Amino acid sequence: MRVGVVTFPGTLDDVDAQRAVKYADGEAVPLWHGDHDLKGVDAVIVPGGFSYGDYLRCGAIARFAPVMQEVIEAANKGMPVLGICNGFQILAEAHLLPGALTRNHKLHFVCRDQWLKVENTNTAWTTRYDLGAEILVPLKSGEGGYQADEDTLKELEDEQRVVFRYVGENPNGSRNNIAGITNARGNVVGLMPHPEHAIDALTGPTDDGLGMFLSLLDTVVNA
Amino acid sequence: MIDTVKNAEATPDQEQPYKELGLKDDEYARIKEILRRRPTDAELAMYSVMWSEHCSYKSSKVHLKYFGDTTTDEMRSKMLAGIGENAGVVDIGDGWAVTFKVESHNHPSYVEPYQGAATGVGGIVRDILAMGARPLAVMDPLRFGRPDADDTKRVLPGIVAGVGGYGNCLGLPNIGGEVVFDESYQGNPLVNALCVGAMRTEDLHLAHASGTGNKVILYGARTGLDGIGGVSVLASETFDDTAGKRKKLPSVQVGDPFTEKVLIECSLELFEKGVVVGIQDLGGAGLSCATSELASAGDGGMHVWLDRVPLRATGMTPAEILSSESQERMCAVVEPANVEAFMEVCAKWDVIATEIGEVTEGDRLVITYHDEVVVDVPPRTVAHEGPVYNRPIQRPADQDELQANTPDSLPRPDDLLALIKTMAASPNLASKKWVTQQYDRYVRGGTVLAQPSDGGMIRIDEETGRGVALSTDCNGRYTKLDPYEGAKLALAEAYRNVSATGATPIAVTNCLNFGSPEDPAVMWQFEQAVKGLADGCAELGIPVTGGNVSFYNQTGSTAILPTPVVGVLGVIDDVRRRIPTGIGAEAGETLLLLGETHDEFGGSEWAHHVHNHLGGRPPKADLKREKLLSEILVAGSRDGMVSAAHDLSEGGLAQTLVETCLIGEVGARVFLEGDLFTALFSESAGRVLVAVPRTEEQRFTDMCTARRLPWRKVGVVDPESNALEIQGLGELPLDELREAWEGTLPALFE
Repeated sequence: MRVGVVTFPGTLDDVDAQRAVKYADGEAVPLWHGDHDLKGVDAVIVPGGFSYGDYLRCGAIARFAPVMQEVIEAANKGMPVLGICNGFQILAEAHLLPGALTRNHKLHFVCRDQWLKVENTNTAWTTRYDLGAEILVPLKSGEGGYQADEDTLKELEDEQRVVFRYVGENPNGSRNNIAGITNARGNVVGLMPHPEHAIDALTGPTDDGLGMFLSLLDTVVNA
Repeated sequence: MIDTVKNAEATPDQEQPYKELGLKDDEYARIKEILRRRPTDAELAMYSVMWSEHCSYKSSKVHLKYFGDTTTDEMRSKMLAGIGENAGVVDIGDGWAVTFKVESHNHPSYVEPYQGAATGVGGIVRDILAMGARPLAVMDPLRFGRPDADDTKRVLPGIVAGVGGYGNCLGLPNIGGEVVFDESYQGNPLVNALCVGAMRTEDLHLAHASGTGNKVILYGARTGLDGIGGVSVLASETFDDTAGKRKKLPSVQVGDPFTEKVLIECSLELFEKGVVVGIQDLGGAGLSCATSELASAGDGGMHVWLDRVPLRATGMTPAEILSSESQERMCAVVEPANVEAFMEVCAKWDVIATEIGEVTEGDRLVITYHDEVVVDVPPRTVAHEGPVYNRPIQRPADQDELQANTPDSLPRPDDLLALIKTMAASPNLASKKWVTQQYDRYVRGGTVLAQPSDGGMIRIDEETGRGVALSTDCNGRYTKLDPYEGAKLALAEAYRNVSATGATPIAVTNCLNFGSPEDPAVMWQFEQAVKGLADGCAELGIPVTGGNVSFYNQTGSTAILPTPVVGVLGVIDDVRRRIPTGIGAEAGETLLLLGETHDEFGGSEWAHHVHNHLGGRPPKADLKREKLLSEILVAGSRDGMVSAAHDLSEGGLAQTLVETCLIGEVGARVFLEGDLFTALFSESAGRVLVAVPRTEEQRFTDMCTARRLPWRKVGVVDPESNALEIQGLGELPLDELREAWEGTLPALFE
């Protein structure tokens, strides 16, 4: 399994995403923001950070990077793509996922261990979880409040496209407690919390996040 | 008109604003003597910033020498670079070198909390980068005035947001620090920033410009009008605006963490490619500092073409370009053959890089601006041969009175359970989660321990698990009561905190925050604290590898509590052996209190919070005992005998018990002997509470007994109870304790 991990100037969690791929016995392939090809990878992770300093709006510049044109095209053809935190913001800006991420309702950056409920186990990234399972992974973002109009929310709920939901107190004002969503096809997933920081209980709160990368392994092997 | 050297020679009597730039009459006279003429505007700007207290250490130098005098060869054996370099470097084994340093950004953070704190983080990170290391984590010891004061409400949220905003965007985990409140910091908050980085030992870079013909390349952000006079004005004077004196324009730099992140990655790629001979970051004093220090530490002279510096403001004078403190800039010395490769890496990262100078024959630093010479100086006189003052020292007249006013007569309460809760909710002891929740502690995936653990710990080597632990500590009240003992206590606590994680302490850094050096009483505190710290290090056998002095921390004539913040670095062979802070990880744990408890309440949190009292003597520091305690903890961690450890400090055993239960999310039953008030709230040093699995209890206590470390069984972990029960007093439900402990800061600052 070869998994591309994109680095933009200002990307921070690329090393963590690469490590998570290795923990799932995959090969992490670094992709540079200026690249015009995906180097034959089976899947792509758009990791967290502050791409291009988050100037203008989180993800607004990154979506126009050369490598993103390749990612968008591949995603539309069914390649598994995961956007974490800033990566989720970028996928939303690129219209691979609906809605937008806005400033946390209490206006502070929030870093904490967050319980999530797994609500869709049919995506390319979540087959290893039990439906309804609760997992504990870090959440760390200043602009993680998920927003969408009523019609979009209804569509997401009706089609079971909410993949993760916050358990307990809503940490950032996300509508419907949404932490992560998928596209209609189930190959593209975006979430604000960081599964790549929860692959080893030594450095994270748990290893609950590893399931996402192992799910990908199944998806790629079975493809 | 630009003031050139030629012009200066022609107009020897022209009046110059040296006083406004912070230079004294005799200092100005010395500059004239060195140059054998009056300085140009640009030279005056350089000398004034480089000879400022902040850059030249002119009041502290004579005392700091004591650190060197007391460091033995054995202590030095693991040191690869020490005091005088950008940051100290120590060998931690397996071919790894670790560099760490803490610096102050107090005054800018008072003027502009967000940017002041943000650029404080940015500056220390570049110091670490300039040693050739990848910065790996930051910590921030912060001190504020009364928590309910309006000014604290103004500065605290901004400072915390600035530390977080910059560090988070830079991608460095924040793994610890301090938040302390005391009235003396009102109007003068302390913002200290620590950074730690690692490199392979062969990759160590030092700041010097050697090799005639080598190019000097400035890379990173453009140079603007921000932060001009920052160090000379802000960091080296108090804020009282004496009538009639021309007011200097305080000027805080503006940070851009995105640019710094790119600068870090770009620099690391440059180091990896081997195209850098010498490197220096641009911090306080900007290009003045970088060019004069590089040239001064090299073996030749230097020529700089100032008009080549990329600017972001129009009409900047040479003096302004030289003293601008614009952030996110670095200066490298590169062999001519490598310039092209250097520029290629910078282009990849979209970093502006400009060849601004050249290493020359001779021993002059010559700076031209459009072909006219505006600076022609011996660089050592700027960077290393500044004025040195042996300032008057006088033990304060009221020191005896202060020490005589002991806490012995303060009424002690009957309801100790209520006091445990009151103390847990007091601002200094309350949970700092509201602050640390705004900092990313996970980025880069190497964080093994972070707040609220005693020390932060990061993994350096993913293969072997080798890592380091760090803690910063200082109790300014102890230092006020006895600066010598107080500094030792700060060292003892940081040393103990690092040991409580299972790591072996190996090196020390410091950030000495004091009042005005022109006040003999402050100089006495400073001298005593330096002696205490140095003597303490010698006793422990670990060297001070670097540090920072911040003077003029006072409001009017009232100085802050003397605050020598001490940072201790420890090494652990395998971070998987780290000792966590919370109990309840193993089934059936016994709680043991290591060390001895005496009736010691001078400078205690109880006296401060309940009685607003400060007097008497601080607890005694026993560094031999601390060393033994450390060895026991490290052995306990190595042999898997200890499942949790938490040191005792402010608030005593009561606070340690509250925190161990709340962090571990499990209850405990505790049985104490003797006077319960003393047992619970005394702040005797040299104590740690450990949890040991019942199966290891005998082996561990046998070891303590054999090595003559006093220990006492004080309780058991009780996973069923959800309460902290103290025999003879009653029980405190954990949810009640949590509400008290975690509710205070949000109530004050939300």
